[in-house]
Amino acid sequence: MNWGGWSEFWAMGGYGFYVWGSYAVTFAALALEIIFLRRRVREAKA
Amino acid sequence: MRWFWFASPQTFFPLAGSIARWCAVGAALLAAAGLYVGFFVAPTDAQQGEAYRIIFIHVAAAWMSMLLYVVMAFWAAIGLAFNTRLSAMMASALAPTGALFTFIALWTGALWGRPTWGAYWVWDARLTSELILLFLYLGFMALQAAIDDPRRADRAGALLAIVGVVNVPIIYYSVQWWNTLHQGASVSLTRAPSMASTMLTGMLLMALAFWLYSIAASLARVRCIIKERE
Repeated sequence: MNWGGWSEFWAMGGYGFYVWGSYAVTFAALALEIIFLRRRVREAKA
Repeated sequence: MRWFWFASPQTFFPLAGSIARWCAVGAALLAAAGLYVGFFVAPTDAQQGEAYRIIFIHVAAAWMSMLLYVVMAFWAAIGLAFNTRLSAMMASALAPTGALFTFIALWTGALWGRPTWGAYWVWDARLTSELILLFLYLGFMALQAAIDDPRRADRAGALLAIVGVVNVPIIYYSVQWWNTLHQGASVSLTRAPSMASTMLTGMLLMALAFWLYSIAASLARVRCIIKERE
């Protein structure tokens, strides 16, 4: 285990902005693709 | 098993649906495992501290961006050579997911570059060739979208995809050919990886998750394309 607590986990040793900025945008991008794909699937079925 | 039976869009349609579902489930499970290993098992890096944890998505996304381009160009070439409808549709279905992973590789690279190199962006051979890859994907999609007749759009897109494939080895070998700020490969087939085994495990789990995600997303998209065209 690397972390003493949640605040330490979110701080990422001072690199929180870079690490979470990377992960947040990655998951937002993948989530957007999934949303657009679902919409396209629905429209193709109609 | 009669493989060519599945070369017809109508027979491929239900198969693609079930493969996509299973790959989506696998991707979610592998991503959960990869993130767990990446954040809770892999130790802090001695030189980079916690900033290195971007590696788990950065490297996996960069691998996918190159691999998906090669697969896209392969299907585009097959479609061009044999005039098979499904191959061209597959190439079109791969492009948005490939562009997405290229964007993720560039974005996470920028956020990793800032704390380690002191700059979000440098015009380094690796970064520049990866940016060109993004423009190739976007160019392919824009070209196909601009041509009304789908068969002509397939052929035009295929030419662009095939010509652009020369960029992939340039990206891969850029760190050897030029004196780049970007580091060389940490993982290769010919020698032991230069990182802790738990770090490598996390990275490979994320890479597998992105593989399965890409398969699921592109198969779901090719089903839409089949529905829209036929």
